[in-house]
Amino acid sequence: MNLRDTPEEAAFRAELRTWLDDNLPEERRGGRGGAQRFDDAFGREWSRKLYDGGYAGLTWPKEYGGAGAPYSFQAIFYEETTRAQAPSHVGVIGLGMAGPTIMTHGTEEQKQAHLSKILSAEEIWCQGFSEPDAGSDLAAARTRMERRGDVFVLNGQKVWSSFAHVADWCILIGQSDPDAPRYKGLSYMMVDMRSPGVEVRPLRQITGESEFNEIFFTDVEVPAENLLGEEGQGWQVAMTTLLHERGTLGFALTAALEVGVDRLIGLARDRANGDAVARDRVAQEWIELQALRYTNYRSLGTYQRTGIPGPEGSAIKLRWSEQNQRMTKLGRELLGEEGILDDGWWHHQQLRSRGNTIEAGTSEVLRNIVAERVLGLPKGR
Amino acid sequence: MDFALTTEQQELKQAARAWLSEWYPLDRDFDAPQDDRWPELAELGWLGVSVSEQEGGVGLGFVEEALILEEMGYALYPGPYLATVGLALAALGPQERAEVAAGTTKWSAEIKGLVPWLGSVDRVVGMDGLAHDGGGQEIATVDPDRPAGRLEDGGGTQLDGSRDIPRARAAMAAEAVGIAQRALELAVAYASTREQFGKPIGVYQAISHRLADTYADVELARSLAYWAAWCVAEGDEQAPVAAAAAKAFAAEAAVTACERSIQVHGGTGFTWEHPLHRFYKRALWLHGTGSRPTELRAEIADAVIGAPVPA
Repeated sequence: MNLRDTPEEAAFRAELRTWLDDNLPEERRGGRGGAQRFDDAFGREWSRKLYDGGYAGLTWPKEYGGAGAPYSFQAIFYEETTRAQAPSHVGVIGLGMAGPTIMTHGTEEQKQAHLSKILSAEEIWCQGFSEPDAGSDLAAARTRMERRGDVFVLNGQKVWSSFAHVADWCILIGQSDPDAPRYKGLSYMMVDMRSPGVEVRPLRQITGESEFNEIFFTDVEVPAENLLGEEGQGWQVAMTTLLHERGTLGFALTAALEVGVDRLIGLARDRANGDAVARDRVAQEWIELQALRYTNYRSLGTYQRTGIPGPEGSAIKLRWSEQNQRMTKLGRELLGEEGILDDGWWHHQQLRSRGNTIEAGTSEVLRNIVAERVLGLPKGR
Repeated sequence: MDFALTTEQQELKQAARAWLSEWYPLDRDFDAPQDDRWPELAELGWLGVSVSEQEGGVGLGFVEEALILEEMGYALYPGPYLATVGLALAALGPQERAEVAAGTTKWSAEIKGLVPWLGSVDRVVGMDGLAHDGGGQEIATVDPDRPAGRLEDGGGTQLDGSRDIPRARAAMAAEAVGIAQRALELAVAYASTREQFGKPIGVYQAISHRLADTYADVELARSLAYWAAWCVAEGDEQAPVAAAAAKAFAAEAAVTACERSIQVHGGTGFTWEHPLHRFYKRALWLHGTGSRPTELRAEIADAVIGAPVPA
């Protein structure tokens, strides 16, 4: 057990700090993320810079455009970009979900075609999992994938697809065999969002902006070679995607939270310095931030030793989402009478945080997962 | 950076779990006097984990002691290990450390005017930093295994070391993690077998979701406790805030884990016969001994926000 950097880690950290100082303009620091990342060309430019600097896909193999670095480098990357208040790479779904899934289940052609373009932000990806009648119950997906020779013909509707309005590609799960038993008739495909018959309608969120969308598929023809995994193996492939969604994002989530807690501490210093109750609540948020941070490190340590993330990682998204909601609401409170004003940051973050316990697995589903798979309690369904 | 336990640390933790579960099983007679097996602890080397080899110890560090303390919480070990190793050891000089490692002297330390185990330890580190004699009148506390007393002698002798508050707090945090872990495991076991309405009660989300929350509490508490232990062992500058954070969070997590476990056990959890109340009482003891969570958070606020400016 050692929290200090190895000489290699220290060298990487120092290099990255210098690189950030040289490449990130002052006025681009401290943005709020979310849909804002696509407001102008800078989001993609910055992502490209990260790629050219060798910082996108740090842990991905070199042959697919990554750096082949150990996971601890990824953790250092999040720490340092947080400290610099740098924007994140725009390809959130590509980096966190589509890429790792292609790496695990894709053919060599599929890997060559997409992985480095995900890292360079040439391809933006979205995810078509949820449907109007299949939310937490993903296996109930009804989007029809009908095989006709060399193509699958897609008909159906997806919903809550983040970044679909700007995406080039979509990872999608649907029914290729409606007569098969549950879980067995699902297949997983990569769909070109510019195919005829794909229609995207942005959904307006409670923040007023649109990150996520509905996608309608009407007789969309997708080449059979775009299957990820075998026909009928969609459920297994989807589990890989979700494992990555819930497993590798801990550091990114904690990094974003740290930005908020730092601002919260600043607010307390300026506006509630002598308020003992406020100080207690701010200290509690600081403590829980550290708790998440060191839980990430424990999970990472287990991952580096065994190749499997530690079970404690499953608690991270659950607690992070609740803390982000509590923390942003406290920020509004510390703003006093100005808490109702749209200050451009707290206002947005607090409203946006309500999505945190719903997206990427609702807290209810995550508690089921912890109860059944980690604690071994009897299954309810 | 590598924050997972090393193989040696895992083996030590497993050895402590095995020894403690053999001598302190949950079905033991808690109301009868319990042997603290002090000579065996000395033989195992666990009294001198962080004492150097020249002084008869093992020459490891506080992280390893924290792992033993976690297991002692898990087993509800009755003796003054926390007092000797967690509260007093840092204040002792070479001669006294050697005696601790050899198992010949039991120590405690005065905390805010109270001395845990005063009647059963040989010597006490006072708040004045001096060594006082143990023994004397004891008062029952919330934890029947941990009575306390007040120092009455006028003076003491000089000690070579100095009191290490972060170390004491990190030690209590480690115990609290073990208690929370055991309370959770008892609740999971009960919810998996107890049936109502034709199903094990663990299938009901009113039960399972609370236990999932307890799991998250325990893991977060453990992360803070290990962070604090590492900072203390390394003399890291973050040791004071890390230990304050760990004690505040872990003590609250242990109390909550026990309360939820009692609730999951229904009427059984409220009986004297079931051991849960003993874990609960130890959690309450840790929560209330030394600085309480609100006081610890006030210290953290001073460190991260800055001292409050008077209005």
